[in-house]
Amino acid sequence: MRQVVLLKDIPDLTEIKLHRETRAPIVEGVKRRISEVDKRALEAAIQLKEAVGGEIVALSMGDDKTKTALLEALAMGADAVYIVNEPEFKCLDTNATSKVLEAALKQIGEYDLVLTGEMTLDSLSSQMGPRLAELLGIPQITYVKEITAENGKVKAVRDLEDVDEVVEAPLPVVVSVVREINEPRIPALMKIMRAKKKPQTVWDAAALGLDVEEIKAQSYVKITNLAAPKVERKQIKIEADSIEEAAKKLAEAIVSEGIM
Amino acid sequence: MTYLVYSEDRELAFQLLGKARELADKTGSSVAAIVVGESQEYVKQGADKALKADLGEFNVETVKEALLEAVKMTEPSVIMIGATKRGKEVAPRVAAALGVGCMTECSSVDLGEDGKIIVERLTYGGSTVAKETSTSTTTVITVPSRSFEKLEPKERTGEIIELTFEAVKPRVKVLKRREKPRSSVDLESAPVIISAGRGFKTQEDLKILDELAEVLGAQISCTRPISADLGWMDQWVGISGKKVKPSLYVACGISGTIQHVAGIRDSQIIVSINNDESAGIHGLSDYSIVGDLYEVIPALAKALKEAS
Repeated sequence: MRQVVLLKDIPDLTEIKLHRETRAPIVEGVKRRISEVDKRALEAAIQLKEAVGGEIVALSMGDDKTKTALLEALAMGADAVYIVNEPEFKCLDTNATSKVLEAALKQIGEYDLVLTGEMTLDSLSSQMGPRLAELLGIPQITYVKEITAENGKVKAVRDLEDVDEVVEAPLPVVVSVVREINEPRIPALMKIMRAKKKPQTVWDAAALGLDVEEIKAQSYVKITNLAAPKVERKQIKIEADSIEEAAKKLAEAIVSEGIM
Repeated sequence: MTYLVYSEDRELAFQLLGKARELADKTGSSVAAIVVGESQEYVKQGADKALKADLGEFNVETVKEALLEAVKMTEPSVIMIGATKRGKEVAPRVAAALGVGCMTECSSVDLGEDGKIIVERLTYGGSTVAKETSTSTTTVITVPSRSFEKLEPKERTGEIIELTFEAVKPRVKVLKRREKPRSSVDLESAPVIISAGRGFKTQEDLKILDELAEVLGAQISCTRPISADLGWMDQWVGISGKKVKPSLYVACGISGTIQHVAGIRDSQIIVSINNDESAGIHGLSDYSIVGDLYEVIPALAKALKEAS
């Protein structure tokens, strides 16, 4: 079975600070890692490969730093990495990005399974799985928390609000996974060393036969402002002579809020 | 110009109709909705056109076909879809079929001076609000439940139209649906949560939370370091963990990083207990006590027992 896993390297969210005046997140200089849920898609692919064999290809769109971030994928168990690195594609929206990834998938060739996280934690857009399924003309299974493959089919459990849905689909299919699916492995040092010897291919627009202007013209959504919201809270400091007295005042406040 | 509304959840569809009606009245446009169940109610809730479609059991490819047919019929500028998990898998699929922009989980929806749609949605793990706009002729958006209010239903004139579309044989087969067991620790819907941060010195010490949790009927949770680094609990609240919205959130020994705060923003009341006066969490709380949590927590449990 040949699996393609879509991975995005994003700024480490736990390291992001806010700009003092604009309250915009400062992402420059923040170390980039593979988005947490995407990493679990890769772990799922590795477990499927352990069960049924085959090959795992990681595909990403990024920049010069992406190669380093994706070494982790190779150390975990991906066999090869393909990166689309085209400076002109820096601020594409999901529509245009999906067109680029579609072209990259075509270049990669045959695949049975396309796996990805149900969202990347930076943009939280949850679009790439279904968009690619539509462009590739294949079915999608979203919100997957368990998956097995056999006889040219996948069986999966979907995590919906009210029910768990057990589904089956023929290959090829796009699968997006939820965080609960697994705990991604932490690669051993030997594997990290060997990762550097695995193939990493970088493509620009021309290598994918894409016209830069044509792709950019299909990018419709723009971010016009980005800022952490101001928190408006009562900010009542409870002060008293003793801990008991303060606790009593707080208890009264909680009761008066009608929560008890 | 038309606003086209769909959600498999009728209540959510009506909330979207409320917003669509407001925007349509501003610009002199009309509102169409794909009907689930009874049609007339959609007209009462603000639709000019209620599109009756035989959707059967929810299936993403069937709903996509119905929506594409409705798009041909109504030529919408905005397609509003309820941001349930089912809605969230339909929206990008439809957007891809149309080759248009899509913005998901929009908490506010408005029109700019040029009449283009402007939305607000969370990014960076929920810590940041992005204002976004789209320039495609049609734009797909998804909107979570309770973002907007439905209208008072009233008798209005509206058309009920049969929407016929090509039947689809779903390629993904549903083998069975299992009701979810209600988890003993369902943080996302817990009405009261007490959370532990680095102010706790040992795992053993977490026990002092039990009595307070019992008095408040609370679930106990923690910050990321307590769970992911120390392994004292299996799930945490914050950017990379659970997003919670209790009536009361009691933060014990928590400093208040933006990563944690992003997960508790929707709490109704936040209480903080921290011995560090300069801890950021105090400024983000409704009530705060600067004091040793090892003393304050038992005292608060006692006081609450007496007060209730």
